[in-house]
Amino acid sequence: MASREMTYGEAIREGLREEMRRDERVILLGEDIKINVWAVTRELHKDFGERVINTPLSESGFSGAAVGAALTGMRPVVEIMYADFTMYAADSIANQAAKYRYMCGGGEFKVPVVFRVAGGGSANGGGCHHGQSLEATFIHFPGLKVVFPSTPYDAKGLIKTAIRDDNPVLFYEHKLLYGVKGEVPEEEYVLPLGKAEVKREGKDVTIVSYAWTLHKALRASEQLARERIEAEVIDLRSLRPLDKECILNSLQKTSKLVTAEEGTKMGGVGAEIAAVVAEEGLQYLDAPVKRIAGAEVIIPSSRYADQMVIPQVEDIVRGVKELF
Amino acid sequence: MPDISRETLLKIYRNMVRLRFFDDKVNELVASGIGITQHSTRGQEATTVAACAALEPQDYVMPYHRGWGWAIGKGMDPKILLAELLGKKTGCCAGKGGVHVADWSLRIMGRPGVQAAHVPLAAGVGLSIKFRKTWDVVLCFFGDGASNEGNVHEGINLASVWKVPVVFICENNLYALFTPYEETTSVKDIADRAQGYGIPGVIVDGNDAIAVYEVAREAIERARSGKGPTLIESKTYRIHGHTAMDRFHLGGYRPKEEVEEWEKKDPVNRLRERLIEMKTASEAELGEIERRAKQEIEEAEKFAKESPYPTVEEIFCDTYVE
Repeated sequence: MASREMTYGEAIREGLREEMRRDERVILLGEDIKINVWAVTRELHKDFGERVINTPLSESGFSGAAVGAALTGMRPVVEIMYADFTMYAADSIANQAAKYRYMCGGGEFKVPVVFRVAGGGSANGGGCHHGQSLEATFIHFPGLKVVFPSTPYDAKGLIKTAIRDDNPVLFYEHKLLYGVKGEVPEEEYVLPLGKAEVKREGKDVTIVSYAWTLHKALRASEQLARERIEAEVIDLRSLRPLDKECILNSLQKTSKLVTAEEGTKMGGVGAEIAAVVAEEGLQYLDAPVKRIAGAEVIIPSSRYADQMVIPQVEDIVRGVKELF
Repeated sequence: MPDISRETLLKIYRNMVRLRFFDDKVNELVASGIGITQHSTRGQEATTVAACAALEPQDYVMPYHRGWGWAIGKGMDPKILLAELLGKKTGCCAGKGGVHVADWSLRIMGRPGVQAAHVPLAAGVGLSIKFRKTWDVVLCFFGDGASNEGNVHEGINLASVWKVPVVFICENNLYALFTPYEETTSVKDIADRAQGYGIPGVIVDGNDAIAVYEVAREAIERARSGKGPTLIESKTYRIHGHTAMDRFHLGGYRPKEEVEEWEKKDPVNRLRERLIEMKTASEAELGEIERRAKQEIEEAEKFAKESPYPTVEEIFCDTYVE
C-alpha cells in the first residue's frame, strides 16, 4: 500500500477534509479555527466555506449548540482549544451529549458529535490551565466514547470513524504530537474505536499506555531490552470503550502490569486498568501493579519544572525494574 | 377584536384547561405518595400553551423544567405524558426520561434537568435548520432564575450572531425556588438584556393568552423569515410553590396577599371571560370543553397507572446507538 509521511496534525486535517467531502452534514465549530493555533483546521474554510465556523469564546455554548445541531441532522466536529477548557463545556458534553439519547427514550434521538480536544503536553510551560490531561475525567460517563491516538496513522483512521459514529465522541489530540511525523497510506481507510494495539511484543512485562506517553514507553522498552527485560507495549487508542481483552491476553503471557500516563494518578486511566485487572485477571499477576502517572501536584508553568511532574522515560524504566 | 381564528382561540383554551386538570392530577398523585418531580404550572398556563399554538407542527420546542404546558401545547397526549412521569414503558421516553419529557415526532426536544443547559442547544437546532434550509423555528423556554446562567448569555449570543430562527421565551414568575427575583437580578426587566445581543426584547402580560399568542406569532414570523431571534419576557406568577415541598409557602418566603392578588389574574378564567365577551364561544360550549378535558385526564390516569414498567433489558438499552 502506497503511503507518505505526514504529521499528526496534517493527518487529522486530511481525515476532516475527507469526511467533509464525503458528507455535507459535517461542519466544524470552534474558537479561531480558520487560522487555528494548532493549524489542524487551518484553511479548511477555503474549501468548505460556511461549514467552518469561528465561534465566540463560549465553550459551554458552542459545545451545546453542537449537540443541538447533531440531534437535528448535522454531524458537528467541535474543537476545544485546550483540554483544560472542557471544564467550561463539561455540562454540554457529559450531561447533555452523553445522556440525551437515553433520557429521550432512544429511537430517533441521536447525538453524532465529535469534540476534538487538544490535551496533555504539560512539558511546554503551559502550566495548570493549559497543560492538563483530563481524559480520565470523561471516561466516567456512559454515553460517551473517548479516543486518544498516538500516531498520524491512528489519528486519521480514528477521526474518520469518530465522525461516522452516531454517538458523541471525545477525540483527544496530544499537543506535543501535532508536529510528529509518521506514515499514512494514500488510500482511504478507517480504524475501529475500542481496539488497542500491541506496539511491541515482549514476554516479561506489559506496559499499557497511550498518546505521548506511549512513545516514552516504547523508548523505555528499548532501554529495558538492553537489560534483558522484554516489555510488551500496548497502545490503548480508545479509553472508552476499553479493550480489556487485549490487556488481559498480554498479561497471561507477561504476568506483570505497568501503566503509564500523563494525567494524575488518583482516579486516572491506570487506576481503571488496574481495577479491571484486579477483577478479571488477578490470577495472571505475579507482582503488584505499578502505575506511572502525573504527580499529585498542580502543574507548574516553568518550562523545566513541569517536566519533573509528568512521567519521563526513566520513570517508566525504573517502575518496570521495581517489579523484578 | 384580536386577529386570531376562532379555531385557534378554542384550541388555546382547550389546552390550557387540559393543562390545568393535568397539573391538578399530578398534584393529587404526588399528595397520594407517588414520586413525581412536579413543578406546577398553575397560574402560568397562558405562556407555554399560547406560544406553542403559534407554531407549525414541524417547528421545534426546547422545553424547560416548569410544568407540562409546552408538551400539551405542542400536541402531546396526556396519557403518554403521565405514563412517562410515572416511569412506564408506554410513556413518551419509554419510561426512561421521567420528567425529561421528549417526543421526536412532535419535535419536542428533551426537557433538561440542568437549568439553561438547553439554551445553547436551541441555538444549535437553529443552526441546523439554517444549514438544512427547512424554514422551521425553535421555541426555547426558560425561567427568570435560569436567565442568570452563563448558558443563557452564550446561547442567545450564538443564536443572535448566527441569526438563526430561535424565539427565546423567559417566563418571569418572580421566584427562583424560594428566592425573590430582585434578590438575584439587577434589572427590572429581563427583556432589557436583548439589547446586549442586538435583538428585539418584548415584554408581555404572561397571564393574557391572547397577548402571548400575538407576540409569539410575530417573533416566530420574524424568525422564519430569516431576521433572527427575539427575546420575549412573559410576566407571570406561579400560584403553587416551586415543587410540592413548599405548597405551604415554606418559611413565609412570599406574602399570602401576593398569591391572592395573582389568583385574581388567573389566566384560564381570564381567557374564558374574554371568549364569552367576544362571543367566540358560548358558556355551554366552554363547559363542554372543560367536561371533556376532565374526563380525558381521568382516562390518562387510568392508562398511566395500568401501564407496565420497562423491563430490565429495556432499561439497559439506548445508552449508545448500536
